[in-house]
Amino acid sequence: MELFTNQVLAGIATGAIYACMALAVVMIYQAIDHLNFAQGEMAMFSTFISWQLMQWGVSYWAAFLITLAFSFVAGIAIERILFKPLVKAPVLTNVAGFIALFAIINSSAGLIWDFTIKQYPTPFGSAPFLGSQLISTHQAGMIGVTVALLLALYFFFQYTRIGLAMRAAASVPESARLVGINTSWMIALGWGMATAIGSIAGMLIAPVVFLEPNMMGGVLIYGFAAAVLGGLSSPFGAVVGGFLVGVFENLAGTYIPGVGNELKLPIALALIISVLVVKPAGLFGRHIVKRV
Amino acid sequence: MSAAEEVVAEGHEAVEAVPKRAMTLGTGTSLVVLAALLIVPMFVKNFIIFQMTMLLIYGLAVLALNILTGGSGQFSLGQSAFYAVGAYVSAVLMEHANVNYALTIPISAVICFGFGYLFGKPALRLSGIYLALATFALATAMPQLLKLNFLEHWTGGVQGLVVTKPDAPFGLPMSQDMWLYYFTLAVTVAIYIFSVNLLRSRSGRAFMAIRDNEIAASSMGVNVALYKTLAFGVSAGITGVAGSLGAIAVQFVAPDSYTITLAISLFLGMVVGGVGWLPGSFVGAAFIIFVPNMAESISKGLSGAVFGVLLFLVIYLVPHGARQVAILGQQLVGKLRKN
Repeated sequence: MELFTNQVLAGIATGAIYACMALAVVMIYQAIDHLNFAQGEMAMFSTFISWQLMQWGVSYWAAFLITLAFSFVAGIAIERILFKPLVKAPVLTNVAGFIALFAIINSSAGLIWDFTIKQYPTPFGSAPFLGSQLISTHQAGMIGVTVALLLALYFFFQYTRIGLAMRAAASVPESARLVGINTSWMIALGWGMATAIGSIAGMLIAPVVFLEPNMMGGVLIYGFAAAVLGGLSSPFGAVVGGFLVGVFENLAGTYIPGVGNELKLPIALALIISVLVVKPAGLFGRHIVKRV
Repeated sequence: MSAAEEVVAEGHEAVEAVPKRAMTLGTGTSLVVLAALLIVPMFVKNFIIFQMTMLLIYGLAVLALNILTGGSGQFSLGQSAFYAVGAYVSAVLMEHANVNYALTIPISAVICFGFGYLFGKPALRLSGIYLALATFALATAMPQLLKLNFLEHWTGGVQGLVVTKPDAPFGLPMSQDMWLYYFTLAVTVAIYIFSVNLLRSRSGRAFMAIRDNEIAASSMGVNVALYKTLAFGVSAGITGVAGSLGAIAVQFVAPDSYTITLAISLFLGMVVGGVGWLPGSFVGAAFIIFVPNMAESISKGLSGAVFGVLLFLVIYLVPHGARQVAILGQQLVGKLRKN
């Protein structure tokens, strides 16, 4: 039982990483209706920016805020410059565009900051949290930030005019345009917000996985899985999904014999797919009704 | 986020409709291309012949994805898994059971068909992004499964297997590479003709009806479950053949040659060639084989970025891939004829 609780706790700690990433994934999915494969790389690039700022002597929180602003603007810029011309192109062409963006960002980051692993500071310290050996204060801080972010997003979408406009633009673009919402800019705003959230995820994850151009590869896959598990239409589901995936992954690694680090991912994915087979829209997702 | 249910309006499908006539080339053009493919290898170096062989092989794999996505509207990121199974079936049969290389190809087609068909069963419940995730899971699991300990005797574990390259039969005076090229070409032509006819047949029409509107298709009496799994099976079978040929051409199979990167490349090949346009598969294959090398030669450090920029250029200029170029060309020829 002791082992079980410990593994669940450790799972929640890694789950916080996935939850953060999943939140960013769902945000952009809400805005543009596609999964952005380059999201992890965008987060990685933002994290490098903040690292560079700190190298130049900027304090952690100042670097944090500057990176947030930079990511927001960069997200909007990417949408305006690269993806707006593709609005009318087929969905699969857009996906190819994400893959291209992935390659560009990954390779440029490698050239600018090279591929060596870098230490990244944490604002929360890394002492054991409340005497537990499994969760450090950093991981607890990460969970706290994720939950706070989720609450903030909830209030933004539920109680602000612009949040309402974004929701309208995402779910019924034609009608939204009729009532005077600039849906094209709502998409850009969605990109900006998703990139900013991604950068927060990146900066929180970096102390755990270390900073390097490929740091997001694994995390993004789990983030996608978490988002899909929770239901792509629900930010709350994404966060729950993130924690569930973290716990799944740890328990599978502990209790199923022969599952090393290598097989953890396939098992976690298989489990998620089994859930999806029973609930095709994810745990908290809305069913989409199709008109014939 | 809103309580109201989302309604996806008509004409909002993931894969746009391609009329079945538009899915192929005319007879004349096809024959010209075939003649070129037959003659060119006689005048080029062995390395180029090898690259042409790989082009045909990847072309087959992209074609298989095209039947699945362009034909039946199902999205897959798991093609590398079927490719791996095909490659391993051939390698294991050739190296452990001494089966003739040509015989391993139908065997791996059948095995992969079965594998794809069975995988298609649970995947029936999923569509769009969810199906992409499920197939993605398959692709990430495959290299790990091939490394499993109890299979190591057969698969060679992480080390993989070395495959012997076949000689030309009947004492034909050609190099191994050239023989393999013609052999691959024969298989490719056979599969291409099969695919074109498949899409023109009753089954092909059923695939396209499902792609365009699943509910409408089922209300017209199309057995949606059967044809969706069938599409998966056929696609996996063809990918398996490509995998087998690939194993023989490269002379080596190892788990890490068949990662998700391969599946993503095949996907890019399909987009560049034009989703749902079968001849485009080979154009797409050329893109995924040659453009990364080109990017590497332009800039070593930034090869990824160069590749990304080139890919962006292609999708900006022709968002519908090579098919768009072909249609433009056709219109141009039509206009010239009128004048």
